[in-house]
Amino acid sequence: MKVTVLAFGIAKDIFGASSVEVEIPGDTTAARLKAVLEQNYPRLSKLASYMLAVNNEYAGDDMHIKTGDEIALIPPVSGG
Amino acid sequence: MKTNIQLLTEPLNVQACVDWVISPGCGGIDVFIGTVRNQTKGRTVVKLDFEAYKPMAISEMNKITEQVFEQFPVEKVLIHHRTGTLQIGDIPVIIAVAAAHRDAAFSACRYIIDTLKQTVPIWKKEYFEDGEVWVGATP
Repeated sequence: MKVTVLAFGIAKDIFGASSVEVEIPGDTTAARLKAVLEQNYPRLSKLASYMLAVNNEYAGDDMHIKTGDEIALIPPVSGG
Repeated sequence: MKTNIQLLTEPLNVQACVDWVISPGCGGIDVFIGTVRNQTKGRTVVKLDFEAYKPMAISEMNKITEQVFEQFPVEKVLIHHRTGTLQIGDIPVIIAVAAAHRDAAFSACRYIIDTLKQTVPIWKKEYFEDGEVWVGATP
């Protein structure tokens, strides 16, 4: 299935866009999506850390991704 | 309403924040005001850009205030965070907490800013005279 991943901060620079579409197998976990993203965008693995958010919640590695989920790549936050 | 959480593009108003939290049952208000500093590790900062993942940032700030009301005897909590381009001395964040007694107000205010910096999806980019960097993004 195809998912759209929103990008913020340095992730926008790495993707070269504010979102990217990624093809992933159905019934995929957040960890597998991260692996696919790192394969397509190797600079991601050079970040201090990053998380995925699914439907506005931080996603654990074993969270399952469903069609229609809002997915975002959250690089280290630096608000305040 | 006991909480006031906002992401704003216009300049933040300290007095309006204080006025919002003040309440008759409270003996004190603690306010944290973040300001844009003119240097980082000796490099001159020209300006900052703040970007937010808005719905999630609001949701995470709501979580923080829920935790605050569970942990500290406070009456009213306000978090205003600005996005967009800020100059030296501008205010990116104001946190104001009103409580019956000062201990709770100080503790809650500190808890909010410390947690916000760890969990709320907001990012800042520092612009130097000779380059720019997303703060904390790389080791």
